Amino acid sequence: MIEFPVLSLLTFLPLIGAVLILTIRGEEAIVARNARWAALWVSGTTFLVSLYLLLQFDGTSGEFQFVENVEWFPALGLSYAMGIDGISLFFVLLSTFLTPICVLASWNSITKRVKEYMVAFLVLESFMIGTFCALDAVLFYIFFEGVLIPMFIIIGVWGGARRVYSAYKFFLYTLLGSVLMLLALLTLYHQTGTTNIPELMENPVGRDLQIWLWLAFFASFAVKMPMWPVHTWLPDAHVEAPTAGSVILAGVLLKMGGYGFLRFSLPMFPEASELFAPFVFWLSVIAIIYTSLVALVQEDMKKLIAYSSVAHMGYVTLGIFTFTAQGIDGAIFQMISHGVISGALFLCVGVVYDRLHTREIARYGGLVKNMPKYATVFMIMVLGSVGLPGTSGFVGEFLVLLAAFQVDTVIAALATTGIILGAAYMLMLYRRVVFGAQVNKDAAAMSDLNPREFWYFVPLVALVIWLGVQPGIVMDKVAPSTEKLVTLYQNRSIETAAAQDISEDSSEDPVRYEELNE
Amino acid sequence: MEYLAVFSPLIAFLIAFLFGSKLGHKGCQFVTCAGITAAAIASCVLFIKVALAHGEAYTVPVMTWIESGAFTAEWALRIDTLSTVMMCVVTIVSACVHYYAVGYMSHDECRGRFMSYLSLFTFAMMMLVTADNLVQLFFGWEGVGLASYLLIGFWNHKDSANAAAVKAFVVNRVGDFGLAMGVFAAFFIFGTVQFDELFAAAADNAGVTMDLFGFELHAMTVICLLLFMGAMGKSAQLGLHTWLPDAMEGPTPVSALIHAATMVTAGVFLVARMSPMFEYAPIALMVVTIVGALTAFVAATIGLTQFDIKRVIAYSTMSQLGYMFFALGVSAYGAAIFHLMTHAFFKALLFLGAGSVIHALHDEQDMRNMGGVMKKIPATYVLMWIGSLALAGIPFFAGYYSKDIVLEAAWADHTWFGSFAYWMGIAAALMTAFYSGRLLFMTFHGKPRMDKKTFDHAHESPPIMLTPLIVLGVGALFSGFAFYEYFVGHHQFWAGSIFVLPDNDTVAAAHHVPMWVKKLPMVMGISGLVLAFIMYVKFVGLPEKVTKAFKPFHSLFFNKWWFDELYQKVFVENAERFGKLFWSSDKNVVDGIGPDGVAGTSKRFAGVLARFQTGYVFQYAFIMMIGVIGLVSWVFYQAVTGGMQ
Repeated sequence: MIEFPVLSLLTFLPLIGAVLILTIRGEEAIVARNARWAALWVSGTTFLVSLYLLLQFDGTSGEFQFVENVEWFPALGLSYAMGIDGISLFFVLLSTFLTPICVLASWNSITKRVKEYMVAFLVLESFMIGTFCALDAVLFYIFFEGVLIPMFIIIGVWGGARRVYSAYKFFLYTLLGSVLMLLALLTLYHQTGTTNIPELMENPVGRDLQIWLWLAFFASFAVKMPMWPVHTWLPDAHVEAPTAGSVILAGVLLKMGGYGFLRFSLPMFPEASELFAPFVFWLSVIAIIYTSLVALVQEDMKKLIAYSSVAHMGYVTLGIFTFTAQGIDGAIFQMISHGVISGALFLCVGVVYDRLHTREIARYGGLVKNMPKYATVFMIMVLGSVGLPGTSGFVGEFLVLLAAFQVDTVIAALATTGIILGAAYMLMLYRRVVFGAQVNKDAAAMSDLNPREFWYFVPLVALVIWLGVQPGIVMDKVAPSTEKLVTLYQNRSIETAAAQDISEDSSEDPVRYEELNE
Repeated sequence: MEYLAVFSPLIAFLIAFLFGSKLGHKGCQFVTCAGITAAAIASCVLFIKVALAHGEAYTVPVMTWIESGAFTAEWALRIDTLSTVMMCVVTIVSACVHYYAVGYMSHDECRGRFMSYLSLFTFAMMMLVTADNLVQLFFGWEGVGLASYLLIGFWNHKDSANAAAVKAFVVNRVGDFGLAMGVFAAFFIFGTVQFDELFAAAADNAGVTMDLFGFELHAMTVICLLLFMGAMGKSAQLGLHTWLPDAMEGPTPVSALIHAATMVTAGVFLVARMSPMFEYAPIALMVVTIVGALTAFVAATIGLTQFDIKRVIAYSTMSQLGYMFFALGVSAYGAAIFHLMTHAFFKALLFLGAGSVIHALHDEQDMRNMGGVMKKIPATYVLMWIGSLALAGIPFFAGYYSKDIVLEAAWADHTWFGSFAYWMGIAAALMTAFYSGRLLFMTFHGKPRMDKKTFDHAHESPPIMLTPLIVLGVGALFSGFAFYEYFVGHHQFWAGSIFVLPDNDTVAAAHHVPMWVKKLPMVMGISGLVLAFIMYVKFVGLPEKVTKAFKPFHSLFFNKWWFDELYQKVFVENAERFGKLFWSSDKNVVDGIGPDGVAGTSKRFAGVLARFQTGYVFQYAFIMMIGVIGLVSWVFYQAVTGGMQ
């Protein structure tokens, strides 16, 4: 039976919308207006389709669902394969959820080349969804890299004063990683004769090759995450990107690295992953402490939040490489939650940036007086970022640290210091921007959230609290997939351990022999 | 009934917070007061049902919270003697404070929001005390921290208030670090965070060891000490106490509710709740005793020298918390909770009374600018005396019963640290009585030291503020006498909600200590008061001479043993220094070698320094990409053709 290709529809719907918007012609003001509305309708519809996906998704199974498989280049054995499991489902939803909000957030703040801007965003959405749906490594690679182009343009054209420097830094960094990944993909293909992801998961390559391939993939994913020390593109990119660009960057693009680890590194290179786990732990811990301390001394709101993102992503990598159900569940949840919270935090910065056109913390102060609604929303997001129980930020962080403690107490203790530092820098930010005396006249004269702004914050706030109180709505669907991943991984380790035992214990060991007999 | 007790403050908070502007101040005040009253009544009903009538303890499941692999944490309400006692204390004091705040904050333009925060706090506290697992406890724990943060910084135009709020949250997070690690360790050893399962498995795992930071340590001790670190933060024990005095920046009702009667006692509750585990960790108990005893002593010494009326009471709170902790440390959990309860009444009374004084004197907090107002505000004066006498442990007031049993239990422990705690407690008792007397005499007696206008305008508080004071006053008078038999008399009262190993039963042993051990606290209390009377009423010049004579001690005490300065130097400044260092290394080292370095090298190679503005690097990148694609295509082609052959 040929099922309706809902994933392809979802992936290419925004692209079709983008093409339609390109055809809009006429006076500039009218074009801008129509482009905005068209983008909102397209992204809104895409979100509705993705909700259908959520409803139809079988949460009890860890298998790939909605699978499409069409031959593409039969000579090369390439196929157009799509499908999602519990791990990718929520990343797709995150992408479709954030895009309409981004369109709304750019409603008035983008005034030049609105049509092109909306096109870039819809193309970006299309590629993001594609990345999370692809079940063929080459297809994945195309989407994964394709994302770079619209993002590069968004930063480079609609960005701030140093946009060009930031855009090229962003591009160079990610390019370096992805080139290595491409080479690794080709080698993998050379070895196994397939690029189909589920098949690759079933048939791991030899240990020595795994190490090289792991490193090549790592280069790409580590830059995307970003992990310390290849994180320096992120603050620059965030600072210069327009608000909506930052939202997508922090909300979705950073998660591609984590998704990559889960989809490729862990199942395909289990032995190499195990070998490198301590290395990843230390990088994660350094990221958490180092970037938290850097965040503590920032004077620029966006930079502060950007550095905090690096710290939060440190929890993600830490969780993934514990290879436990709690760690991986926690990492996935942390990514989803961070997508919502950091997205909302960048929107919070955007709101005041639109009014005062500065990101400098010292230029604000005492906003709670003239912007009480804004202060409330910002507070909830700060609390989420701090990981207060009852917000979504807590669940992921807690599970990751819980898992880390089972593996290595030193790492867990160091990583847990992040909750102290996190509280310090976020509350200092809040205190300086929202509380205190109203020293800056222009900041004190800013108007509170307008209805458009208010309504795009409502779903974000609701989600942060809902996920915090009842994370089961995500966890239940994720759990079977992570369970499958963990069992797959454990079976591998047992197999290899057993293989080693046999080769090592070829001389007969009476005790062991007896044990086996029992 | 359980739902009503726990969730009505939450509903009141949501209504008052979300629709505050529509409801108006009156509406907010009504909703929150109604919510807390309902909760208080429901709590009392539960207390009578479960604790007094010896009903069965039970747990009401609400819903699943976090589930991942073998890890589960539920939302549930655990109703047993310990939790109902706490629920009653929390809701009764909270109700008093709610009503009081209606009067106290009547001139504040954000009073509706203030009421909603009070309700939020109460809800979080109720979740804490009814938790049936460590993670829900952590939720309540952080929730009260949030409410405390919001309320300390309530007057957010004041920089000092904001600083105090952030400090309170961050210092508490240091404690939470320990608490979180304790939860992880408990899960590591027991595979569960649910109280019943933990407690059931405690005895069997008494000897288990675990690896922590490369050391092989006694698991139960590790878990208990980590949990205790959390308790130290929340309950302002020595080392993590620096936030509490600063927290007095918040409005006075907040100080009474959160920073005296309820939130700061959460640590005491935690240790009592975890008693089935602490009992198997004697070293942890020893640490608890020593920290408690030192806190009781040090805080009392600081209390002797302060001039801000609220800070004196704050240090006294810290000191009394120390008493509770060393009671816990010698396994006298019942005595600790008993002192917690009586303390909640008389300390809330003292704070609200102080608030009444401050209110009367138009926000004057410095005792050097008070004096002679006892005729002006007689009701407050009498109530403050009741609170102070209870605090000083004068016979037949509430504090007398609870403090005595705490000290007797410490003595009856017959260990070196038990005796240490006893003597520290005795010394602190003398100082407690002294500074209580000092506070009363400086505030109400002698000649007025404020300007004439303030003195003439000083007025008694309205009934809505005095009524809660009277309720608390009744508690401070009778709660000790009335509940002595229940809390520390016969043991069936706790019905398994507190666990004591037979060998450690110091509460039972405390009834058989020598007479002088029993009488010494009372003697200390009376002599402290007499001493204060001599120094501050009879010979007014004396304090100054004493200060001069003991200059080094006085400056040590007056400067709060320099904890703040030390922490500023060691932690705050270093965090900033490293932050700046790392930030510059981001720019210079990482980028210098990385992207900027690459760009720089390419620049030199090309020798087109002048053209290096914007476009060239893109070209470079694109050329590089084209090259790579070419290379890759070639490899790919090779692979494909190779595969075909």
